[in-house]
Amino acid sequence: MATTTMSDFRIDPVSGLKIHRTANKLVQWNAFAAVVFLLVGGLFGLGVALTRMPSVQLLSPEIFYLALTAHGLVNLAVWIIFFEMAVLYFLGAHVLGNRIAGPKWAWAQFWLMLVGAALVAVAVLGGKSSVMMTSYPPLQAQPHFYLGLILFAVGALIGCFVFFATLVVAKREKTYNGSLPLVVFGGVTAAVIAVFTIVSGALILIPTFLWSIGLISYIDPMMYRVIWWGFGHSSQQINVVTHISIWYLIASLVFGAKPMSEKVSRFAFLLYILFLQLGSAHHLLSDPGLTSAWKIFNTSYMIYLAVLASMIHGLTVPGSIEVAQRRKGLDTGLFTWLRKAPWGNPIFSGMFLSLVGFGFIGGITGVVMSVEQINMIIHNTTYLPGHFHGTLVAGTTMAFMAVTYWLIPVVFQRKIALAGMAKWQPYVFSLGAWVFSIALMGAGTLGVQRRHADITFAGQPLAYEYPEIAKGLMDLGEIFAVIMTVGAVMFILVVLASIFAGERIPEGSAPWPKVEDADVAAEKAGRKHIGTWGMEAPGTFVLAMILFVTIVLYYFINFKYLSTVWGMS
Amino acid sequence: MGTSYTPPTNPDWWREPIERTEIWWIVLAFSWCVFMFVWMTGWHFFGPQNMSNETYKTTPEKFSKQVAEMQAKYTVRKDEATGEDVVAPPPGSDVYLAAMSWQFRPILELQKGQKYRIHLSSLDVGHGFSLQPENINFQVYPGYEQVTTITPNKTGTFAIACGEYCGGVDAMGHHTMLGRIYVKE
Repeated sequence: MATTTMSDFRIDPVSGLKIHRTANKLVQWNAFAAVVFLLVGGLFGLGVALTRMPSVQLLSPEIFYLALTAHGLVNLAVWIIFFEMAVLYFLGAHVLGNRIAGPKWAWAQFWLMLVGAALVAVAVLGGKSSVMMTSYPPLQAQPHFYLGLILFAVGALIGCFVFFATLVVAKREKTYNGSLPLVVFGGVTAAVIAVFTIVSGALILIPTFLWSIGLISYIDPMMYRVIWWGFGHSSQQINVVTHISIWYLIASLVFGAKPMSEKVSRFAFLLYILFLQLGSAHHLLSDPGLTSAWKIFNTSYMIYLAVLASMIHGLTVPGSIEVAQRRKGLDTGLFTWLRKAPWGNPIFSGMFLSLVGFGFIGGITGVVMSVEQINMIIHNTTYLPGHFHGTLVAGTTMAFMAVTYWLIPVVFQRKIALAGMAKWQPYVFSLGAWVFSIALMGAGTLGVQRRHADITFAGQPLAYEYPEIAKGLMDLGEIFAVIMTVGAVMFILVVLASIFAGERIPEGSAPWPKVEDADVAAEKAGRKHIGTWGMEAPGTFVLAMILFVTIVLYYFINFKYLSTVWGMS
Repeated sequence: MGTSYTPPTNPDWWREPIERTEIWWIVLAFSWCVFMFVWMTGWHFFGPQNMSNETYKTTPEKFSKQVAEMQAKYTVRKDEATGEDVVAPPPGSDVYLAAMSWQFRPILELQKGQKYRIHLSSLDVGHGFSLQPENINFQVYPGYEQVTTITPNKTGTFAIACGEYCGGVDAMGHHTMLGRIYVKE
């Protein structure tokens, strides 16, 4: 067993964490690669947005489909998964005051993912692999497209096992007592789901690679979709679990909050492990060959138990903030705790915008569109990109950005530069993402198809024109996509300026003031009972009820609309 | 003395009582989950719009032959826009509609309020059947033939756009792919 000495570690003045230097290097490189890829993918996204704007139509169809393939792969997979690797190492090593297990394996993770991403980039930019990130056979990309994805996935799988091994080390070397902290438990949940995800990806991409080099003659298009979505959808579930862990982390960092109930939050994570994978059926609801019984069981995550888990986290995270604020004395009215929150601190504002955006935009629409029947009037329209920009951009990406503002001083030992820009960034980015999502959903319910380089069917003898309002919504949505891009560029500028030119935080400098744990503050002040109506977090309950009423209304509005279309059975 | 990033302060955390805010929310949320599950299942019994469960294996050769046979039998006129056959199969019959890069053929003419068994398959890559402006969307694959019994409930001219990216080799025609269904009284 490797031994570590004290000089392998430093005590971080910002967070008070005991940081393993090697682990820190890995966190730095993975996070840095992530941000660079966010920029690359974002620029492709901008090209897509400016083409889907009916009044601009920037790119030719060939370049558009290339850019859309690149945007999907880079932003949906590369940026996110590199960042998740950084988060896993941070949780396993830094949070537990632990060393990273098998640093050589961890470097193998980094380089495999990088080489894999580069191979895919070569294939896509060559213009012969514009198959979209989903790459459904019989459409065929070049062999190195699939090979790159496989290498990338193997790298990520290694990263997961480094994380598990790191936890074993922490347990054995007793770097913590008792149960794992909740955020690390969330990390375990994400990594377990990641293993399932990556194995699914390997199961389908390896045969598809062999098919692309001519060793296998046929890939069944339905079988491909069933297994591929075990990879494609589950990878999004990793994001959900990771960003929820980050919400809990930020609630504690900014407010000294502790989980309202360890039992409830952990049980909700457990529900994810058990049921979240079933959700890959969402993508197969309008497919031939699968029975409705199969679809209903899976799309509902077995009676919506994973939805229940998300609804629980959606309450307990802001609930824990409310409880902390009330314990610290903001115990008046329903929303004083929220009004007096530090809205100028991008760590908090980004996290809270992520919570609201994910719940109201991504969450509600996700539940409704994954109803087997409703899916028929939504499937593959621009409603889909609307929905998953609500989850993945307004939710996951915003949360990752928010926690980055805290990670830079801790991991890179630099103060945040361009603090004024950082303060506004979450608002600009979220505004762009929210309006973009909602506008595209509107256009989608009016029939506009996703992945179309041109929505006018120009020059076709069997002409069809979408309603004017649908075109207007596409213009509006894409204008806000530009605003979203501006928000992303602001983030990248802050990150680069901080890492390369931010004021250094020397080792051994005086510890930064730490937010007092809320229950300590309450004890000092002798505050015992908080809240009203016999609830400790009544304001959060009201907010949750607003979400609840919204989802119920939206659910029935969609069924009302469904009931007017052609009969089908 | 207790955060989300430190171990739980109470080693017996699973015996801690759950606070009322959470209990009420869990009860409410779970009830809604059960309701949605029952409603989605129930719509198969009381709702008129459901996914078909009838699918067969086929081949592009076999399917295009079935399309051609139907077309020979039931062509009623030439389409004004394209000069192509418009096929009007009788109510209740089997209707074959093929997706191919980049069109849906043949052009169909149906009657409002009548039932038709629409067979959908692709002759090359994966496509998407997207009926506009109704906005009804299905996946269509080569090798699989899905049969959906449809009942048009409005008259007019309906377009079929392609909902699944189908690319191309020398040119990209996915966004130009169309078909047409006329529905008359």
